[in-house]
Amino acid sequence: MIVTLLSGDRPRSPLLTLILLAILAGLALAPFLFPGVRSLETAARICIFIVLVASYDLLLGYTGIVSFAHTMFFGLGAYGVALASEHIGRGFGALAVGTVAGAVAAALLAMVIGLFSLRVRAIFFAMITLAVASAVAVLVSQLSQITGGEDGLNYRIPRELTPAFRWGGKLFDVNLNGKLLNYYLVFFCSLGLFLLMLRIVNSPFGRVLQAIRENDFRAEAIGYRVVRYRVAATCISAAVAALAGSLFAVWLRYVGPDTTLSFEIMLDILLMVVIGGMGTMYGAVVGATLFVLAQNYLQNLMGLASGATEGVPVVSDLLDPDRWLLWLGVLFILSVYFFPTGIVGRLRAGR
Amino acid sequence: MTAAPDHAPTLSGPGLKDRLGQAAPLLLVPVLVVLGYLSIGSTSSWLTLTVSGLAMGMMIFIMASGLTLVFGLMDVINFGHGAFISVGAFVGISVVLALSGWAGAPSLALNLGAIALAVIAAMAVTAVLGWAFERVIVRPVYGAHLKQILVTVGGLIVIEQLIHVIWGPDEIFLTRPESLKGAITFAGAALERYRILAVVFGLALFLAMRLVLRRTKIGLIVRAGVQNGEMVEALGYRLRLVFVGVFVAGSALAGLGGVMWGLYQEVVTAGMGEEMMILVFIVVIIGGLGSVEGAFIGALLVGLLQNYVAFLAPKLALVSNIGLLTLILLWRPQGMMPVVKAK
Repeated sequence: MIVTLLSGDRPRSPLLTLILLAILAGLALAPFLFPGVRSLETAARICIFIVLVASYDLLLGYTGIVSFAHTMFFGLGAYGVALASEHIGRGFGALAVGTVAGAVAAALLAMVIGLFSLRVRAIFFAMITLAVASAVAVLVSQLSQITGGEDGLNYRIPRELTPAFRWGGKLFDVNLNGKLLNYYLVFFCSLGLFLLMLRIVNSPFGRVLQAIRENDFRAEAIGYRVVRYRVAATCISAAVAALAGSLFAVWLRYVGPDTTLSFEIMLDILLMVVIGGMGTMYGAVVGATLFVLAQNYLQNLMGLASGATEGVPVVSDLLDPDRWLLWLGVLFILSVYFFPTGIVGRLRAGR
Repeated sequence: MTAAPDHAPTLSGPGLKDRLGQAAPLLLVPVLVVLGYLSIGSTSSWLTLTVSGLAMGMMIFIMASGLTLVFGLMDVINFGHGAFISVGAFVGISVVLALSGWAGAPSLALNLGAIALAVIAAMAVTAVLGWAFERVIVRPVYGAHLKQILVTVGGLIVIEQLIHVIWGPDEIFLTRPESLKGAITFAGAALERYRILAVVFGLALFLAMRLVLRRTKIGLIVRAGVQNGEMVEALGYRLRLVFVGVFVAGSALAGLGGVMWGLYQEVVTAGMGEEMMILVFIVVIIGGLGSVEGAFIGALLVGLLQNYVAFLAPKLALVSNIGLLTLILLWRPQGMMPVVKAK
C-alpha cells in the first residue's frame, strides 16, 4: 500500500526514511506540536515549498534543464487566485477558477517558451527564461491597476478558511478554527501534489526524461522525440508550480511581487534543490524543510553574530543579516562542487 | 566496356538567395531606423532617439562581445558575466569621484583624462577578477552546462553581495564630467554629447575588435577555435591559454561597458549587472551564440527598438525586447548569424 503510494520509489536509506517520517509527522501534526502563529506559518511555507521545489526538480534534476522562470509560474498561480477572488468575489468558486486558470496559463506559457528555446539548444532555455521572467516581474509591478503593482493585492478568501470561523471548541489547547482548516487544506494538497510528482518521475515518461538528462543524443537515436519530452516536462513542472502558487495565495491572503516573483525566491528554490539532492523527489522534502527552517531562524542568529562583532570593521559587515544572500551564494557554489548529489545522495551512498 | 561518362564538375558561387540570406541581418538595422522614422514622424525626435539607441546598443555590444566569444570558444556559458559589469562600474565611478578635481574642471583634456583613468582602473580590476573567476569558479566545471549555469549564478550573487559589503548598500549617484554634460543641437535635434562619444567609441572598438579577429594571427586562432577547437589543438595551439585570454579580455570589456553605462545613467547599483545581463543574453541569442558580428547587430537592434518603443508606447518598452527575440528566433532558430560548428 505504502509502496504503491510512493510509486515504488522507496527512500532506500534507513536514516532518510526516519528523517522523512519525522518531517511528515511534524507537518501533519504541526498545529498541535508547535502551537503559535509563527510556527504554523513556517509549516505551511515548508509544505508549499516542498511542492514547488519538487516541481523544479522535475526540470533540473530529472530532465537536466535549468529554468529561471519557476517563480514566474508560481506567481501566475498566486495572482490567478488573487485576481479571481477580487473580481468574482469571495467563495470557493473563485478559488477554483483562479487555480485552474493560473495552472493552464502557466502550462501554456511554458509550452511557448519551451517550443521557442528547447527546439535548438537546451542552454537557450536558461537565458530565455531569465529574460521572460524579469520582463514579467517588471510588467506586474508596472500594471498597477490590474495587479496592485509593488503593493500587491489583498483579497478575501472564503470565511471557512479564516481564523474568524469557529467550528468546534478546543482540542489539546488548539482552537478549532478556519485557520486550522486552511492549514490542512494546504497540507493535504501539498501531499497529494508531491505523491503525484513521485508518480510522474517513476512512470515510463519519467524514465525517458532521465534518459534525456543522461544523454539526449542517444535518447533521440533510440526513437524518443527529445524536444516533445522536454517541452512536456516543462509544462507539467510549470503547472504544478502554479498550483503551489495558488496554495500560497490561499494561505497568505496576499500576493505581491516580492513574495511570489522575485529573483531571490528563484535562488532559494535552486538552493533547496541542490542541498536536498538533484534528481530525487525526496531531496525536495529535505532541502525545502531544512532551508525554510534555516531562513526563519538563522537570520536572527546572524544578527546576533553581527552585533557581537560590532567593533571589527569587515567581519560585522559580512555577518550583517542583509548579507544573508552572500552566504547563500557561497553555500550554493560549495554544494554544487562538493555535494552534487545533495543530502539524499549522501545518505543513500553511505548506506 | 563503356566509357566513363563525361564528368565536368563546376564550382558555382552561392546563389543570389543565399547571398541575400547572409546579408539580411545587416539590412535589419537600416530597416528598423527607417521604420522608426516613419512611425515617429518628427525628424528631430527621431534623430535624438536614434543616437541614444545607437549609444545604448554600442554599450550593450561591449558588454556582450566577451560573453559570446567565451561561449563560442569553450562552450562555457557564464551567467556571472554581469558581475564584471557591476564591479567595473563601481571601480570606475570611484575613480571619477576621487578625481573630482579633474572631472569638475571645465577642460576637455582633464575630463577625458579622468575618464580614461577610470576606464583603465575598471578594466584592470575586472580583468584580474575575470582571471580569478575563470580559475576558481569556471575551471572545475568544464563540459557540464548544468553545473556551469548553477555555479556561475552563485558567483554572480557572491560578487554582487561583496560589492554591497565594500561600497555599502546604497546606489551611488554621480554627475558626468563638465565637458560631457549638455547637448549639441543638430538639425533641430538635441544630441547629448556623451551619447555621441559613446557611439564613436563603441564603433571604434568594434572595428578594432574586428581587425584583431580578422587580420591577426591570434584572431585567426580564436576564430578557428570557435569553429573547431579540436582541430586547432591538433595543430599544436594551446587553446586553453587562448581561452583564458579571451575570458580575461571579455571580463575587462564588460568592466568597460559597466563604466560607460554608469556614466550614461549617472547612477550605479550593485544590481545593474544583473539587469544588463538580461539585455546581453537577448543580444547574444538573437545574434547567434559565438558570433561577434551577430552580437553587434543584435545590440544595435535592441538599443534602437527599446528607444523607439519607449517613445511611442512607454508601457511596451520592456516587452519589445522579448518580442524582438521571438521574431528573430521564429525566423532563424539559431540566431541571426549562427556560428558554423565543424563537428
